Amino acid sequence: MKAAVESGADCVYVGLRDDTNARNFAALNLDEAAARKGLSCAHAAGVKVLLAINTYPQPGGAERWRRAVDFAAEVGFDAVLLADAGLMRYCADRHPSLQIHLSVQASATSYEAINFYRRQFGVRRAVLPRVLSLSQVENLVRNTEAEIEVFGFGSLCVMVEGRCALSSYVTGDSPNTRGVCSPAKAVRWKQGPDALEVRLNGVLLDRYAQGETAGYPTLCKGRFSVNDETYYAIEEPSSLNALALLPELMRIGVAAIKIEGRQRSPAYVAEVTRVWREAIDECARNPSRFSMRPRWTEVLARLCEGQQHTLGAYHRRWK
Amino acid sequence: MKLAVGPVLYYWSREALLDFYAEVARSSADVVYLGEVVCSRRHSLRFEDWLGLARELRSAGKEVVLSSQALLESEAELRTLRQLARNGEFTVEANDASALALLAGAPGFVAGPHLNVYNETTLAWIAELGAKRWVPPVELGREALRVLQQKRPSGLETEVFAYGRLPLAFSARCFTARHYDLPKDDCRFRCLEHSAGLPLATRDGEPFLTLNGTQTQSARVYDLSAATGELRELGVDILRISPQASRFDEILSVFRALIEGTISAGDACRRLEATRSVAACNGYWHGQPGMEYRIDA
Repeated sequence: MKAAVESGADCVYVGLRDDTNARNFAALNLDEAAARKGLSCAHAAGVKVLLAINTYPQPGGAERWRRAVDFAAEVGFDAVLLADAGLMRYCADRHPSLQIHLSVQASATSYEAINFYRRQFGVRRAVLPRVLSLSQVENLVRNTEAEIEVFGFGSLCVMVEGRCALSSYVTGDSPNTRGVCSPAKAVRWKQGPDALEVRLNGVLLDRYAQGETAGYPTLCKGRFSVNDETYYAIEEPSSLNALALLPELMRIGVAAIKIEGRQRSPAYVAEVTRVWREAIDECARNPSRFSMRPRWTEVLARLCEGQQHTLGAYHRRWK
Repeated sequence: MKLAVGPVLYYWSREALLDFYAEVARSSADVVYLGEVVCSRRHSLRFEDWLGLARELRSAGKEVVLSSQALLESEAELRTLRQLARNGEFTVEANDASALALLAGAPGFVAGPHLNVYNETTLAWIAELGAKRWVPPVELGREALRVLQQKRPSGLETEVFAYGRLPLAFSARCFTARHYDLPKDDCRFRCLEHSAGLPLATRDGEPFLTLNGTQTQSARVYDLSAATGELRELGVDILRISPQASRFDEILSVFRALIEGTISAGDACRRLEATRSVAACNGYWHGQPGMEYRIDA
């Protein structure tokens, strides 16, 4: 969080240390005391802090999620990031002045959906799932009053966020229910005589020959067999990098670029944030002359998963 | 309990669809869901064709519901959705928030399995918007359902996905087109060749998933036949059977017999097993990983 603030982020999302947010890994999140402290440091630097409460409260257990919303209001977070309609209603009723951002986990992919959440709960900003092409994003922005935030850099979810149960199919825990995908506790690595095998709750996700790099075993990024052909049947281990599209994203009126940070080291966060800050400032100053600096490209390429990156769904061919 | 035929999730030819629904018209199913839920490029039947089919099934005594597409991206897809929402004749199943937006306030829609209704507050909200029925997400198990059934708003029916490969995920990417190295916009409709989807196995040969265009399903068939008694006790009103390319009449007959209590769970299980070439799963129901299969004591 400190790295993001110091490197030029306008807003930082944080999560509490439990399953109320979609990055439910103890080391990544804050307890309430740390959240208060971080909030005041960020505010002192003029940076907004938003609390992610973007998993789905489980039946009979909504209390923990509601407490998180109450905490955000009490401590003075600038907004809460929500996915569950019931929780949005709670927030709008109890804390009408607390801003609601619609999480990507709410799977709102059209302006009809976003405008509906806006009418129902006064949603101020919506984060778009990584499914729309650039022209579809443009059409959506034109048809809504909500601010639109899109993913710029980080892991690439190939499935629509909030609509993927692959992880719970294999392990019992999913982003929607527990805030995790392919959880580390279900991962087993085994070195065989000529290959390194990785399994998720017993399911073989991939086998690496000597010399092949093995990344974190997210289940949709393994190699599988279809019709006797073995390949990355769902997605390669690669990252989303939309920096090249920045002038377009700014021109069509995207309000904010989201950079994945909570699953990353402070050094990573600092480097990526600095690059995007510079690029955004430069693009805002002179959009028609914007060009990618080699240093930006080099820094981002180095930080991508498997050193591979893609424009994802922004580029139609990816689909 | 009633028996529902879910929307056909695969891409079948016009002839295959018409044959399938002719059989459904003669079957013991009470409710039939029609329409394209997965991909707007699939066009064996147009909107008017679906409406015609809906009227025929209604004449055959079925309750007909028109299902909306789960993942919307384009303006054209929104136009189709508006047409569906305004059809004026049949109930609509909402499968994303865009559909909710268009159906809210008009009483009597179905809140489909692809809406994220995981808790009692959201369930109450859906009912206030005008839902007459809801289908829980497939991840939701028995104990979670028990809590929600106790808090269920009055007059709201519950339908549970009870048989078929699990619809687990949607993507902007088409995995069938990717398999054939084709762009999605020029996919040559290769899904037509896979009436039960394209099987995906792990590198040690275990069936794992099923690629169905932009949808990813389980390889195993979710089978809640052994839980029919529990479903009834929980006050579930309808069991959804997801269309399969082969022996669908037999699957429906087994579930009808289970509902009427004329067959034992063991016999039902054996007869269902004989209709498929892959293993069953029911883990979600037991609060376990979805791929697992538990035999209840």
